[in-house]
Amino acid sequence: MDGPPISARRVRALVKKEFHQIARDPSSILIAVIIPLLLLFIFGYGLSLDSHDLRLGVVLESSDTEARDFGAALTGSDYFVVDTGHDIREFSDRLRDGHLRGIVVIPEDFAVRLTDPGKGPAIQIISDGSEPQLAAFVENYVKGAFRVWLRQRQIESGRVMPPALQIEQRFRYNPSLRSRNFLIPGSIAVIMTVVGALLTALVVAREWERGTMEALLASPVTRAELVIGKFIPYFFLGLGSFTVCLLLAILVFRVPLVGSLPALYAVTCLFLLTALGLGLTISAATKDQFVAAQIALNAAFLPAFILSGFVFEIKSMPMWIQVITFFIPARYFVDSLKTLFLAGDVWSILLPDMLLLSLTTIIFLALTARNMARRLD
Amino acid sequence: MLLRLRALVIKEILALVRDPRSRIVLIMPPLIQLFIFSFAATLEVRNNSLAVWNEDAGAASAELVQRIGSMGTFEEVAYVHDESAFNRQVDYQKSLLGIHIPQDFSSSLAAGTPTTIQVVADGRRSNSGQIALGYLSEVLEDFQADMEPGPAAGAPAVAVRHWFNPNLHYFWFVVPSLVAILTTIMTMIVTALSLSRERELGTFEQLMVSPLTPSYILAGKAIPAFFVAMAEASLIVFFAVFVFHIPLQGSVLLLYLTMAAYILSLVGIGLFISALCATQQQAILGVFSFVLPAVLLSGFAGPVDNMPDWLARLTVVNPLLHFKEICKGIFLKDISLHAIWSHTWPMLVLAVLNTSAALAIFRRKFS
Repeated sequence: MDGPPISARRVRALVKKEFHQIARDPSSILIAVIIPLLLLFIFGYGLSLDSHDLRLGVVLESSDTEARDFGAALTGSDYFVVDTGHDIREFSDRLRDGHLRGIVVIPEDFAVRLTDPGKGPAIQIISDGSEPQLAAFVENYVKGAFRVWLRQRQIESGRVMPPALQIEQRFRYNPSLRSRNFLIPGSIAVIMTVVGALLTALVVAREWERGTMEALLASPVTRAELVIGKFIPYFFLGLGSFTVCLLLAILVFRVPLVGSLPALYAVTCLFLLTALGLGLTISAATKDQFVAAQIALNAAFLPAFILSGFVFEIKSMPMWIQVITFFIPARYFVDSLKTLFLAGDVWSILLPDMLLLSLTTIIFLALTARNMARRLD
Repeated sequence: MLLRLRALVIKEILALVRDPRSRIVLIMPPLIQLFIFSFAATLEVRNNSLAVWNEDAGAASAELVQRIGSMGTFEEVAYVHDESAFNRQVDYQKSLLGIHIPQDFSSSLAAGTPTTIQVVADGRRSNSGQIALGYLSEVLEDFQADMEPGPAAGAPAVAVRHWFNPNLHYFWFVVPSLVAILTTIMTMIVTALSLSRERELGTFEQLMVSPLTPSYILAGKAIPAFFVAMAEASLIVFFAVFVFHIPLQGSVLLLYLTMAAYILSLVGIGLFISALCATQQQAILGVFSFVLPAVLLSGFAGPVDNMPDWLARLTVVNPLLHFKEICKGIFLKDISLHAIWSHTWPMLVLAVLNTSAALAIFRRKFS
């Protein structure tokens, strides 16, 4: 029964029926418009890797001018919100309970240790290691502030000239260093994964559950026509929610879009096919909303969130997990979106991603077709 | 009445545990996820490469390149010889950082005239870039200080100590957080999803016409879900302690008491969602609309410290954030009772509010 060519008339009729169904079912609109909006707002405002206003306790064991001067330098920094004390015991409990992210101890003989490193460290930085990322920033920023302060002091005292060696730092693609600029393109990929999987997994699984799918299968419609008939409407719905995300990213969150729209939509179309394919595979395999929802949570959302490289870098993962990430389609979409938004149409990155997305699409389509077997079991 | 409640609880537990398929769905996904995500979720800067474009043939640049090569932050140093190759390294994400040493570097340093080293980082990965740049700056500035004429006094030293996690293992942060996250997902499945499924199948209505009152029926649903979720959470804690060897500094009793409070709040939310929704699909969407924001705003991927103030204040209603803080606190830091309580009472308030709201809705629907 799968041999006969696809009839355009039957596909058109199926697509029309599906569009009517979407228009009448508020939950499709909820999934395609409200959920992406809500999630992108949460990602946009709630997720940031830019640490500023780190809460710091500064212990001034000495009250001489040098120590007070460095204490003031920390207080004046934009990176810290500083509480000053004279004993580390004032701060250690607050560090433990998470009210402070770090403590800087300026010892009693600070001035002596500055000139004679043999006497021991001039300052001590203590951080709350239970938040490793913040701890790394506390270390980096305090060290940086200390270096700047030392240099400033040397220049003021006229002991050295401004350095002959200058270091010029530049961040290509994201000069303002806003983590939002790369997190938002990545989160669009996570959102589209959830939307694609939810749309098809839920909606189609419900049809199986209610028996309407069996009714369709009993008609002269072929499997290929059925899959295409499901795909087209949800594909356009998915493109719609991507456009909503895109507008929000550019207009509200001010993420620059360096790449071209055609390239952006080309990658998105491929990814949507994969995401919908995943959803159809889940629903055709389970034929049960309850199980489909569990799988959508466990197999779509969490892997796209953690294994796609959108916030946790794939390169930093152990090798065996890097291998697993090759099977997470969101990974290729995250990679492409980051590049398209921030760097432009870098085809040597985009083409391999698109190729792999096409491959996963084909796999999911084949799986769906197999699971849609015209059996009524 | 208590006898009937007992019968109902036993029936529910059997229903959850007897079906081999649902048993596997309850146990396998959290364990698989615990294993994969514990290793995957890291913001450490590892396995990166640095591109070096050295146009200078002098001794000073050779010394600098040698120092950078031995700093250990980068697994690999790629040497390039022209600008296009240099740019390609960063553009194509082959290198996280690129460093360019100009032609006149050694001679300028020797003559004391200013010269500039360029460091280029990939803004698509600005977070790792910043951390790597921090390490690189240290090397560069040491070099700078050593190159300067005058008595080599040596720079004053800085001592760094990371309390509770001396080597900053990301792992130690992720596993306690996953205890909270994975428990959340499983509990929502056994409450909201399974209850709404029963409502669609009609078995719930059958219960409603039995002599049991709505509060007993809800208790009959909540108690088994509570115990199943506690068992799930214990399984994850067991793996965290005995397989992943995360130090458990605080009291196990406190961990369990707060875990009970957390699961009660989840069960309350689950009951509330299923009371509110007419169909299974609505309940599924309800679960998604709770779980996704709760996970995203839990401080797991980006610290709460970095959120804007208004949002950070709003997270007080996120039970997942509270339990994650408690897990992390008890595991790694043995936080004070006072801090534990400050995270426990919001969960209890949520549990009471949601459960009574669910009860009120059910009473109205079935009276």
